[in-house]
Amino acid sequence: MTNPLLQLEGVHTHIGAYHILQGVDLQVAHGEMTVLLGRNGAGKTTTLRTIMGLWSPSRGSVRFEGQDVGARQTPDVARLGIAYVPENMGIFADLTVRENMILAARGARRIEDVDPKRLGWIFGLFPAMKKFWQHPAGLLSGGQKQMLAVARAIVEPRKLLLIDEPSKGLAPAIIQNMIAAFRELKQTDTTILLVEQNFNFARQLGDRVAVMDNGRVVHAGPMAALAEDEKLQQSLLGLSLGAHQ
Amino acid sequence: MSSPAAAVPASDALPAVRTDRLPLLLVPVLALAALPLTGSFSTWVTLTFAGLAMGMIIFIIASGLTLVFGLMDVLNFGHGVFITLGAFLATTVLGAMSGWTESESLLRNLGAVFPAILAAMAVAGIVGLAYERIIIRPVYGQPLKQILITMGGMIVGEELIKVVWGPESVPLPLPAAFRGSFIFGEAAVEKYRIAAVVVGLAVFAVLYWVLSRTKVGLLIRAGVHDREMVESMGYRIKRLFIGVFIAGSALAGLGGVLWGLYQQGVTPQIGSQVNVLLFIVIIIGGLGSVGGCFLGALMVGLMANYTGFLAPKVALFSNILLMVLVLVWRPRGLYAVVNR
Ligand SMILES: Nc1ncnc2c1ncn2[C@@H]1O[C@H](COP(=O)(O)OP(=O)(O)OP(=O)(O)O)[C@@H](O)[C@H]1O
Ligand SMILES: [Mg+2]
Repeated sequence: MTNPLLQLEGVHTHIGAYHILQGVDLQVAHGEMTVLLGRNGAGKTTTLRTIMGLWSPSRGSVRFEGQDVGARQTPDVARLGIAYVPENMGIFADLTVRENMILAARGARRIEDVDPKRLGWIFGLFPAMKKFWQHPAGLLSGGQKQMLAVARAIVEPRKLLLIDEPSKGLAPAIIQNMIAAFRELKQTDTTILLVEQNFNFARQLGDRVAVMDNGRVVHAGPMAALAEDEKLQQSLLGLSLGAHQ
Repeated sequence: MSSPAAAVPASDALPAVRTDRLPLLLVPVLALAALPLTGSFSTWVTLTFAGLAMGMIIFIIASGLTLVFGLMDVLNFGHGVFITLGAFLATTVLGAMSGWTESESLLRNLGAVFPAILAAMAVAGIVGLAYERIIIRPVYGQPLKQILITMGGMIVGEELIKVVWGPESVPLPLPAAFRGSFIFGEAAVEKYRIAAVVVGLAVFAVLYWVLSRTKVGLLIRAGVHDREMVESMGYRIKRLFIGVFIAGSALAGLGGVLWGLYQQGVTPQIGSQVNVLLFIVIIIGGLGSVGGCFLGALMVGLMANYTGFLAPKVALFSNILLMVLVLVWRPRGLYAVVNR
């Protein structure tokens, strides 16, 4: 990887007195989907939050397009062209689906300011968004909220999407649909860093994979290699994905 | 770009839209409950209008306070300073324009009241900007220090106001056209109270419009709900907060003018006296909720006037009781909008 879009080197993050990230090295290549795997508590969410500036790293560097962004405030990180879908989805429950989308489109004052072609494309990916356009987002089902969370992240073109466990708590049929949507998203040349615990989901989408444990990346490589190598899966994911397939 | 394979079908249906209207009933229920107790219908009408007018003024003052808490978890116990400041500025401006306030012409009266309101809002807003810088900003995220330092801000502010306007009560007579009452049957309703209700409704309408129709308003509501997500979308919420703080201070200044006129006099303690009521109101309403604040303020205003008439000694206690009852029903207040 000569010129990664995002590069973490030796990142340490403390939350209060706890030393959570203990030297994370991670690269996300342009135009690819990198999947971050790892058992509960491995530090995946903390890694994404550190990239977003929601935690500040105590050591190491976070580089985006070559610039060190480790010390930037969250809004300034987002303005570089990074969208974040947090684990809890961060839906504004009192606002309608439409209003959620307006806010996600930073440059738009009204929904008319959003590129209609792009909006049409999003409605194609997630028809529920169109159907419940004027409804308070708090009334959506869990799966629909997840779709809205992803829809918000792509309402304007972004250079990098950080998505935390989009399959969490979703029924298998919905997960299949989510995979289909992500496949289509990948065709638009979007770079994605996806946190997943569901290896089946991850394997179908990821170009590259990084496995975390105890606040470090313990394996990184092409997804295909891991998908084919059952022994490696055993040794890496045995510790990480015991509960999943 | 779209292909059928990628389409995620909408699941069957949403639960029916259920706007939470139950709290809206509380105000009429409270008013009707007081009807048999007050003895006569005309007394009840008078008290109810007094309560609504007081409630509207409290709402104007408290609306900024609740948003300030909702956005940044800042509890500002110095909010009362802006009330006092607004009220004293009104004594100065209206005093200087006594020719117009004493005129029987409503237009001339308004011509005096508007500059007083403008001056109060502008100065309170500017002082609010400084207050945010000097007092609030150093203690973001430190609740205990916030309580202490904003209480200190209240005391210092009050002393500074005494330096300018003196420690004594200053009269603030109503402009001529607002004196006296309208008589409906046997009930007398003071003209000024009706005017205060009208101003309160207008402020509520403007706030409602901003919060539901403008992007800044949506951002404020979203920020109250989930500050981190708003920042993750690239918005600098601290700037939004400063704007809300200034607007809230200006509204408290407006509230000070109205409250001073309501009492027809201003003391340096006018702000600290209503501080407790403000916190009761925003807790009843649900911290961060402007709609809840509106209902809470009307209930508190009504309660203060009914009990002030029926049992003056327990007037404040009755509002604390009201708050406790609401919290027993809904532990986070009428509308829980803050998501943490
Ligand atoms: N706010 C916090 N305060 C203290 N400890 C925290 C906090 N957030 C996370 N941690 C700890 O940091 C470690 C890593 O958490 P993190 O949420 O990054 O894990 P994760 O890999 O995302 O796990 P999961 O798969 O359960 O989402 C855990 O041990 C967690 O308990
Ligand atoms: Mg996590």
